[in-house]
Amino acid sequence: MNRKILLSTLGLVVLACVPVLIGWVNPGGSRYYLHLAIQMLLWAQIYTAWSLMGRFGLTSLGHGAFTGIGAYATVLLWNQLGLTPLLGIPIAVALAVVAALLVGYPCFLQRIKGHYFALMTMAMVEFVRLCIVGWRGVTGGSLGTQPTRHGDGVSLYAVQFEPNRVLSYFIVLALWAGTLYVWSRVDRSMDRLALDALGQDEEAAAAAGVDVTREKLKITAISAALCALGGALFAQYQMYVSPETIAGLGISLNIVFGAIAGGMGVLLGPTVGAVFTQLLSEGLRVTMQSSQVLSALFGTRALALDMLVYGVLLVLFIIYMPKGILGTLLDRFARKRSA
Amino acid sequence: MSCSLDIFFLEAILNGLLLAGLLALLSLGLNLIFGVVDVVWICYAELVMVGMYGVYWAFAVLGLPLPLAIALGVAFTAGAGVLLHMLVISPLLDAPPINQLLATGGVIFVLQALATMAFGVEFRSLGVQLGSFSAGDMFFSWSRVVTLAVAIVAVVALRFFLRRSWLGLAILALSQDRRVMPLMGADAKRLYAITSAIGGGLAGLAGALMAMQFDTYPQIGLQFGPLIFMVCVLGGLGNIVGGLVAAVIIAQFITIGGSCLASEWGYAIAFLFFMVMMFIRPQGVMRAR
Repeated sequence: MNRKILLSTLGLVVLACVPVLIGWVNPGGSRYYLHLAIQMLLWAQIYTAWSLMGRFGLTSLGHGAFTGIGAYATVLLWNQLGLTPLLGIPIAVALAVVAALLVGYPCFLQRIKGHYFALMTMAMVEFVRLCIVGWRGVTGGSLGTQPTRHGDGVSLYAVQFEPNRVLSYFIVLALWAGTLYVWSRVDRSMDRLALDALGQDEEAAAAAGVDVTREKLKITAISAALCALGGALFAQYQMYVSPETIAGLGISLNIVFGAIAGGMGVLLGPTVGAVFTQLLSEGLRVTMQSSQVLSALFGTRALALDMLVYGVLLVLFIIYMPKGILGTLLDRFARKRSA
Repeated sequence: MSCSLDIFFLEAILNGLLLAGLLALLSLGLNLIFGVVDVVWICYAELVMVGMYGVYWAFAVLGLPLPLAIALGVAFTAGAGVLLHMLVISPLLDAPPINQLLATGGVIFVLQALATMAFGVEFRSLGVQLGSFSAGDMFFSWSRVVTLAVAIVAVVALRFFLRRSWLGLAILALSQDRRVMPLMGADAKRLYAITSAIGGGLAGLAGALMAMQFDTYPQIGLQFGPLIFMVCVLGGLGNIVGGLVAAVIIAQFITIGGSCLASEWGYAIAFLFFMVMMFIRPQGVMRAR
């Protein structure tokens, strides 16, 4: 146990040094590399929040709705009512939890699970997206909207930290670390055992005295709250919200696949997934732009190549490596050790 | 717009019936794959998109006559269906359905990327206008009427095929127990290939009729994909006639809601209705089979 604490402290210290390292290795491009690191951490946090419930067989395609609610509620409360995000973010998180419970409770009561649960949550995310698009007078519709700037620089009152990249990095790092902490707390609780049991066989778990509906609702609420928090900070960092970037089925799919690619069953799996997907799309984009052969062959359409590679890899992962990158690696490692 | 009981309202209802034809046709192949055979193709809407591009390519790029272009598009999509089954589904036949859903979810990205690389992100129009006609003071589009007719014929034909033909019965039997059927001497691989070809072909047929009404672009599948899954589940999975009924209900929500408010609200209400119905009657509007 002490070793674990030591390791995680060490990891955090290393991650906290990242801005310094980037500034040292490549001072010119430090804004870009920090941006990349922030993006990775933001998505890592959201993927981790999804995996909190996803790893127990609750495959939700609806988490794009929670990130969307978190982002939009925060921004709209600020823009329309002038309410500081310091209060707006908790309200947004509460709204996302309410939405999660409203859909989750009847679902769990009716024992809607597996791919039917996925379809239900898909309907929910579409409903939320359509509401955002339909309410265009306030939300800006599919074009999205921006939080009103409060002064020029960093502002605590408006929770606007984007002008300072290093500060943004630390805020996002804290959020990500906090989410990992929640995960480890869940792992140490009795709920973890109950959830593991119901993830494998609901009827058997219920027969053994697990309150299935209650346990599922608990983890769903936690997962939705953390996702909404991630969505809110995503909006505050990007200073822009639109259905395409933060709310909708496309976002849900990205979350689910990112988490699966990394390995949703292990603590750092979703983070590995986020790093992997960001590196893949950035790497392919950069290669694409510099490669004359590819741009001669496809022109600007070559930009779709990263989506193609991503899609093919996902299919292969799910068929041959359902535990994801990190999950498979850890398995290999454990097997070698025991052999 | 006002929402009084006048001629516009009647027009909305009738247009809803026509839209129901399109929804029913779109969800028909999905109902065969997802409902009857119990294999999840979450990328079904992207297969429809493949069909739309197939018809567009044969008609507008190659310059073939329209019926031939449609036939080519349908055949191409049927082939895509078989390929999808062989490459993605068959390794996962015994895995939990959620894995099939996720794997075919990866196919969504693949198909969208391939479409972008082949045709770009621009909106592609077939350039065929069947025009519209007026009855009283109301206007209807011919292509929608044709779609409704095709949908009804396809629903009846598929039902007849499943219930009356030897092959259809074999498919039904396979769907009831995919482990025992091969022991009875049925060639499961062949049956799955045939079913996938029919499912893909129906996606292509729906795509051909879609292409006559809408412009094609790589992301179009995400626009109506969730909707047709709703129609399928709401109708009672595997219940082909139920799917038709569900299509009518959903389409009415969309057109009436859309003509009273804005079109997004029509869709939003339809999704809300779906969720509420799932809570009340998880087995669908009509009992399956």
